Amino acid sequence: MKDELKPRIVKGPDGIEFEVDPLRDYYCEASPSVHPPVYVKIVEDFFNWARSESLWILGFGTGCGAIEMRPLMTPRFDAYRFGVQWRPTPRQANLLMISGYLSTKTLKRAIRSYEQMQSPKYVVGLGSCTINGGMYWDSYNTIKKLDEYLPVDLYIVGCMPRPEALLQGFEDLKQIIRAGKAEGANQYAEKFEWYKANQKKVIHDWDMPDYNW
Amino acid sequence: MDFEWIRIPHALLTLLIVFLYGLLLGAVIQKIGARAGRRHGIPFYQNYIDLIKNYALRTTITHGFMFYLGPVFRLTGGVGLLLFVPTIYGVAMHENFSFAGDLILALYFVFFGSLGMALGAGESGHPYAAIGVSRGLSQVTAAELPFAIAVFAVALQYQTLSVTDIVAAQQGSVFNWTVFTNPLAVTAAMMSFLGSMMRPPFDVVLAPQEIPIGPPTEYHSAYLALMQSNRAIFPIAKMVIYMNLFFGGAANWPVFFLKVFLLYLFAAFVGVVFPRFRVEQSVRWFLVWGVPVAVAGLFWV
Amino acid sequence: MQDLQTRLAQHTDLGEWTQQRADLAFVTVAREHLHGLLRHLRDHEGFTHLVLLTAVDWLEDGQFQLTYLMNNRAAARDIGVRVLIPREGADMDSIHDLWPTAATYQRELREMFGIDFPGSPRVDEEFILEGWRDMPPYRRDFDTLKYAQEEFAERPGRVSKDPETHMKQKLYPDGA
Repeated sequence: MKDELKPRIVKGPDGIEFEVDPLRDYYCEASPSVHPPVYVKIVEDFFNWARSESLWILGFGTGCGAIEMRPLMTPRFDAYRFGVQWRPTPRQANLLMISGYLSTKTLKRAIRSYEQMQSPKYVVGLGSCTINGGMYWDSYNTIKKLDEYLPVDLYIVGCMPRPEALLQGFEDLKQIIRAGKAEGANQYAEKFEWYKANQKKVIHDWDMPDYNW
Repeated sequence: MDFEWIRIPHALLTLLIVFLYGLLLGAVIQKIGARAGRRHGIPFYQNYIDLIKNYALRTTITHGFMFYLGPVFRLTGGVGLLLFVPTIYGVAMHENFSFAGDLILALYFVFFGSLGMALGAGESGHPYAAIGVSRGLSQVTAAELPFAIAVFAVALQYQTLSVTDIVAAQQGSVFNWTVFTNPLAVTAAMMSFLGSMMRPPFDVVLAPQEIPIGPPTEYHSAYLALMQSNRAIFPIAKMVIYMNLFFGGAANWPVFFLKVFLLYLFAAFVGVVFPRFRVEQSVRWFLVWGVPVAVAGLFWV
Repeated sequence: MQDLQTRLAQHTDLGEWTQQRADLAFVTVAREHLHGLLRHLRDHEGFTHLVLLTAVDWLEDGQFQLTYLMNNRAAARDIGVRVLIPREGADMDSIHDLWPTAATYQRELREMFGIDFPGSPRVDEEFILEGWRDMPPYRRDFDTLKYAQEEFAERPGRVSKDPETHMKQKLYPDGA
């Protein structure tokens, strides 16, 4: 754990000493709660349609897939046509693309980013590395099965998948969302203990709160 | 002067039309920018969907009282700006709440939203938001200076502080527009216009690639939707002022739509041609080029 | 590069000299000569750029080989200096006083191979791995497959086939 995260005594500018426990004071430790669809079906269907047509991706690249995603913004593929946009901050995004292999160090950041996104949120795993390890099947620091650690809505196979495959993947994800089956955030909240246990099993220096909202 | 209550629903109707048109126009302008880059760009209805989606998100978090008020202030700035200047000249329904000194109030409202945003973004506690706001405020302040001086020039020229009277003085012929009677002041004001439209070359504050998106870093779901609404209304309201002060106003909706579109297109055109300025570069640009022209416009009168 | 070898041999006890290419040579030296040789190469022979510092694990010999690769920009040639150190309790003199960038390489070697460089800045801090508890992963006696199987959850059903026999069976099931 880093020094600045350890509990310590701090002397304020007015000379009063007080205790600081960064993990407790700077973060909220409330665990996630389940937010079921509450509106009547027709409204919820309408909202699901809007959600599916407005996928905002968090610009967070983990592996080689981060390179494969850039062509989607260019004139040749232009994913903006399908309502897919990139957002720079997890607060505004609702689709986390795990683009390729995920080392345990990156997994920590991916979890934090995922937890800061607002529900409903979706996770798409890209490439064989997220599915069963791919070519990193015997690596000492990459995870092999993404859905042990984050609730995945859709996998796109390939090593790496071409941008065409990604566009097809977006269309498939839209159908899942429209059918109301993309409830990954609620699944994460329901099985929170199980996910946390899995995450802590591979991340040895857990120096963040259990839930970062 | 007695108040006619019917003006409230009328003003709300104006607001609704402007809101819907603003969302549409934003997407169309973005599409034009994309076409300049040989892309298809977003569908023209994308902004409506984004708005619905952001309202439909299930979770929100807050960082305190001012965090709520930030977007509200911002929206108030846009709505207030629109409500207190006549949108369509000569049509009682869309005169809104214009009165004798509304020009001063409008100047205030142009700045109001940014200040609210500064408070809200500061409360969010995110360092990027604070940096974004300080950069944004310095740029907007610099951009506002030529505009304010140009507005004084116009007010001096027509000897009035009422937007309605200024529009009235420009009627009759195209050559009565301020853009022909006082081109220097209009040039300075158009420079300022580029600065406040948050499009390139002056969008370093809000550009997603820069310090990640600036002031709204922490804003999400319904807060962000409020700010999106403002991004639809505020540019239009701002262009209404420009249209009224410099380009003869609009006597009916088609003329209004056309003039606003052309003004927006001007900003978009400059945006796709020129690369982005850094904040200190743009501040210098406004002070070196904008302010002298505006002062010259003042002497022109 | 014969001339260089002759000149260096005059005042340093050189070990094995390998001429890899016309512009690339490797030389083995004892560890106590390393620092002086590197300084001489840098200051008098024009090898001003440290290209890389890496290690090889000779598990069977019980030795680590450290390779300091340097580049002479003006003469467009490289020289690699090899040092062999014992594998048990491996440590080496730091060269961060010659090239400050070497400190980064030494941090990496400390983490990945477990070679200590006393006095090198921040050498004991974590470099790439976070919270690593096992033996340094680049050592050859570290079994990454076993570690990966124990540590990370696996998706069942993964099989791999030898392409030659697999295609043979698929195309000629009768064994023709």
